Amino acid sequence: MTDVNAQLADFAGKEASPPVRGYWGSVANRLRYDYVTLFFLTVILLIVLISLFAPLLAPFDPTKSSMAYRMKPVGFRNFMLGTDELGRDMLSRLLWGGRTSLLMGLVPVVLATFIGGMLGVLAGFLGGWVNTAIMRTMDVFYAFPSVLLAVAISGTLGGGTKNGMVALTLVFIPSLCRVAESATTQVRGLDFVEAARASGASTLSIVQHHILGNVLGPVFIFASSLISVSILLGSGLSFLGLGVEPPTPDWGLMLSTLRSGIYVQPLVCALPGAAIFITSLSFNLVSDGLRQAMDVKA
Amino acid sequence: MILTASATIDQLDERDRGGKRQPMLIADKLKKYFPIRGGVLQRQIGEVKAVDEVSFSVLKGETLGIVGESGCGKSTLARLLMNLIEKDAGELIFDGDPVGGVRGITLRELRRNMQMVFQDSYSSLNPRLPVQDSIAYGPRVHGMDKATAKKLAADLLDKVGLRAAMFGARYPHELSGGQKQRVNIARALALNPRMLILDEAVSALDKSVEAQVLNLLAHLKREFNLTYLFISHDLNVVQYISDRVLVMYLGQVVEIGPVDDIYNAPRHPYSRALLESRLSMDPAERVTEPPISGDPPNPINPPSGCRFRTRCAFAEDVCASRVPALGAVSNKDHFVACHMASAGSGHSKAGLAH
Repeated sequence: MTDVNAQLADFAGKEASPPVRGYWGSVANRLRYDYVTLFFLTVILLIVLISLFAPLLAPFDPTKSSMAYRMKPVGFRNFMLGTDELGRDMLSRLLWGGRTSLLMGLVPVVLATFIGGMLGVLAGFLGGWVNTAIMRTMDVFYAFPSVLLAVAISGTLGGGTKNGMVALTLVFIPSLCRVAESATTQVRGLDFVEAARASGASTLSIVQHHILGNVLGPVFIFASSLISVSILLGSGLSFLGLGVEPPTPDWGLMLSTLRSGIYVQPLVCALPGAAIFITSLSFNLVSDGLRQAMDVKA
Repeated sequence: MILTASATIDQLDERDRGGKRQPMLIADKLKKYFPIRGGVLQRQIGEVKAVDEVSFSVLKGETLGIVGESGCGKSTLARLLMNLIEKDAGELIFDGDPVGGVRGITLRELRRNMQMVFQDSYSSLNPRLPVQDSIAYGPRVHGMDKATAKKLAADLLDKVGLRAAMFGARYPHELSGGQKQRVNIARALALNPRMLILDEAVSALDKSVEAQVLNLLAHLKREFNLTYLFISHDLNVVQYISDRVLVMYLGQVVEIGPVDDIYNAPRHPYSRALLESRLSMDPAERVTEPPISGDPPNPINPPSGCRFRTRCAFAEDVCASRVPALGAVSNKDHFVACHMASAGSGHSKAGLAH
């Protein structure tokens, strides 16, 4: 019986399998053939780059107004995309406005993912009264429609970009917390967590090595779908005068101030809306692609 | 055959503390009742007596098989022994040292000496970790440095018959059920334990793979000087691998003894029914009547006296009024909890050979 091992090794060795690929490796591989997602990922990258280099790309100062050139159509002289109601160059304002809109889309989601994710993992792993305390508090926030809640919070805090972001963060925390909590609860009951406990590991070590890696996927997918929501809500807040303050260019704010000119230059007035539409659509489709690539049972 | 090796270890392990005759593990009156809560205030309205005053010992170097129907408390018992769930009462003594006591060994020490292999090979490995890291995790927790732990994991993979260079970096979903169970065994061995609890460790595998893993277990037992607690509902497998067998019914031990005694001459009516329910290869021996019928009684409200009496063909008044104690029968290693086996119990068949 001494060669049991040799026999076993032989047997196991015969079962050849494809090259070893980790979880993230397989996700990347699936994304490689998803051309729609890749296309919109490129669009997002372009938008980010354009916003980043707005100071270099913008042909005019986005805040410089001119009474002589108000509400000019697309292609009027040097104004490639026309001018707004104060005679400011639309192209420059759109380029600069991308910065605030992207910040409004990303910062609240990142912050909420961090805070909500932590609370959710805590609630899910500890269970019991900690879970009840955290999740019931989240339910209170959940009870309000998200738009109403965002308006109420930023209305209370006062306008401004920073307060708008705080409001959006608070709006997103409960849903992210819930996603993290349910993912954690699911993983917590599995045997490999028991096995880790049986090997004498501390709670912190188990969470770090065995829980987080398994919770990250679902939380990440959900968070990516919130980016477009955040951009829309942020624009909505600016539209209502609760987010970005003039004269800072912001797509939502531009949409709001240009609405009076909709009968004069409909195309120009629709441009900020188109920018919001393209950006949030891209984020949404990329998020969908990520979900498909990541939501594969291991 | 490797399995016929004597139950006691010949050479003394340097990790040994209590001596050759000291059982590896003694469970003394272990008890676990799960509360049932209900109503608006979540008040306790009852309890499930999952494990009720279970006492037994596991000798050094032996394989103790535990059999019983689904829901009889086998897995709860395994988790109690590993301290994965807290016991309500009772004591555990590992190699002469009480667990968790002032003078005994700590829980951490116990867990290093006693490891468990889980049934579900799918959920017992972290899907986001390469299997080599899963194996190395335990030693890392106990302070081994990264390189040594990785080397150890590779060695263990080789020991369980998986070429480390080929399988180490793989993720669980890239392995078959049998391969995953080998990884699970390697992980359990990573802390260099003296005892393994195998909770339905081969039950989910198909028969040919099951046989390979059983042979591997027998081989590892000799190589690492291990003691096994083998929990299974498969009576044939238990007979094949065990030195002694413990039969559980509804959270209690009904019979315990050497494997041949139990399988050839079971004394408890439940053990007999359980063994008769095995399928025979011979069509002439076909069983048409179920040897035991119905579901086990509700463990929330177990029957008074002997818990098996509601399904027992020999039940009499005494069975309802008194709880039968585990008592030795003819052979001094063979114990059974049945009034029929203890003379003077008041049962009409008491003392008769059957």
